[in-house]
Amino acid sequence: MTDETPAPEGGAASDWGFETRMIHAGAGPDPVSGSRQTPIHQTSAYAFHDADHAASLFNLQTFGFIYSRLGNPTVAALEQRIASLEGGRGATCAASGHAAQVLAFFPLIEAGERFAASTRLYGGSVTQFSRTFPKFDWRCDFVDTEDLSAVEAVLARGAKALFVESLANPGGVVTDLETLAGLTRAAGALLIVDNTLATPWLCQPFEWGADLIVHSATKFLSGNGTVIGGAVVDGGRFDWSASGRFPGLSEPEPAYHGLKFSETFGDLAFTVHSHAVGLRDLGASMAPMNAFLTLLGTETLALRMERHCRNSLAVAEWLTEHPKVEWVSHAGLPDSPYRELAEKYLPNGAGAVFTFGVRGGYEAGVRVVEKCELFSHLANIGDARSSIIHPASTTHRQLTDEQRAAAGAGPEVVRLSIGLETVDDLVRDLDIALAAA
Amino acid sequence: MASPLRYSDALIAGILRRVRTITMVGASPNWKRPSNFAMKYLQQKGYRVIPVNPRAASAGASILGEKARSSLADVPAPVEMVDVFRGSEAALEITREAIRLRAEKGFEVVWMQLGVRSDEAAAEAEAAGLTVIVNRCPKIEYGRIWGELGWGGFDRGVISSRWPRPAKRDEGAG
Repeated sequence: MTDETPAPEGGAASDWGFETRMIHAGAGPDPVSGSRQTPIHQTSAYAFHDADHAASLFNLQTFGFIYSRLGNPTVAALEQRIASLEGGRGATCAASGHAAQVLAFFPLIEAGERFAASTRLYGGSVTQFSRTFPKFDWRCDFVDTEDLSAVEAVLARGAKALFVESLANPGGVVTDLETLAGLTRAAGALLIVDNTLATPWLCQPFEWGADLIVHSATKFLSGNGTVIGGAVVDGGRFDWSASGRFPGLSEPEPAYHGLKFSETFGDLAFTVHSHAVGLRDLGASMAPMNAFLTLLGTETLALRMERHCRNSLAVAEWLTEHPKVEWVSHAGLPDSPYRELAEKYLPNGAGAVFTFGVRGGYEAGVRVVEKCELFSHLANIGDARSSIIHPASTTHRQLTDEQRAAAGAGPEVVRLSIGLETVDDLVRDLDIALAAA
Repeated sequence: MASPLRYSDALIAGILRRVRTITMVGASPNWKRPSNFAMKYLQQKGYRVIPVNPRAASAGASILGEKARSSLADVPAPVEMVDVFRGSEAALEITREAIRLRAEKGFEVVWMQLGVRSDEAAAEAEAAGLTVIVNRCPKIEYGRIWGELGWGGFDRGVISSRWPRPAKRDEGAG
């Protein structure tokens, strides 16, 4: 007969506060053992009750696990948590942020079709979109998203999605999500927002009209520089059947006996597809241990982000006064051109990754990085440890001069990711490095 | 579509615990159809699901082991819940028949599937004392309340630190 377990008394996700959800969403006591922390389900495969159960699972007729490439209970706990924190319908975790980006586009873009992306992106994303995606015959048009007529033009030319970063890497740039969502909606296209630098604690892109959110879980979500991971979150509001532009989700899927995902799964369609087709065939699945470490990280997300933001603003303010610093690009500074957008979209803080320009150009930039003792010189951000990098010689090295300039990664630019150390120590370290530059 | 409808978890869970037999109007014999998916899942959870499908009934067909019926009047009592798995335009007529047959069949709940909405039908059924759920899927709601939906990476909106007791049938096992 039906499950006799009492239903929990709680209400909808939105009835619980953010901090409660960052600890509890997706992770109640284990039904079998009572384990209060989420178990690491270190298994490749899952037993079937019988042949009919197996058939039901393979046909997507019931919920359950088959094989950890498609889904894993520890990973699923993290997917639920990220979906809850973003206010989305469902999430699909992936082996990395880059894998999540492939998963995001995979159901949407057919060979020969186009999407658009902001010029202000992480350099690795620019390279992925401009160099590797064309091998799938996915075509990306880069556009300055502050030029709205250019955005309209690129959408009118057939771009099926617009990809932006809410708080753009390498830093200090805030994207006007609500305005762009109006343009994509009018064009029947999707707005895909990379919310990695902001995290759901600082920015809630679905509230401003985003359709999908992608994350690198490597950064603030996990928070300790321990994992490579990613996620794509579906807001569940795009009507694939009515649109007709996304046959991968609305037309019969031959590998599932002609099942139509949008008809069968409604607002679950994108996330079911991402697991049952995307992860099945692309194979870039998140490891259970990485999901576990990211779950631990999300438990303290709001606390960490508050300190990250406070330290970051203090360092940025100090840098603005330094004679060897030409400029500081931090959206929390009073003279930032993005200050108003930051107050609207990032009410809890303007993030912890930003850039500044050092007098003396490329060579001075390289020297500042090399002279730091406490700041780690590495190509990651969102760690408890502060890090420093010279994008022009590293993360944005593969780009052309024009692409670097458009991405805010010119020769004099130094990028900081401010961690959780004593802020006076961070300032002293930069002071010594700048003196030597 | 009008404003989204909100139901408490307690209301949904109460219905899904109380109901034993469901009649699914619009159940398809084609295993690839959404109604067939939902029917099979609900059967696996222990519900008896009686399909109403005139075409299948006239051919004498069964769906997932249950004889197809031509109409609600043809469904053997007792049945606590009518699951409307037809387009919104058919919901009013089905609901009116459910109201008419309510005492005879034991109907307590009219449940309109995800994507099915008729405010007129809902109002008439509520006025007749039936419990009404609109624009929800009992399969998804079952999975959401008791956890399986989360296996697919979906936010269930359910938070609890209680260790659920196993169902009675499992106690003492192992």
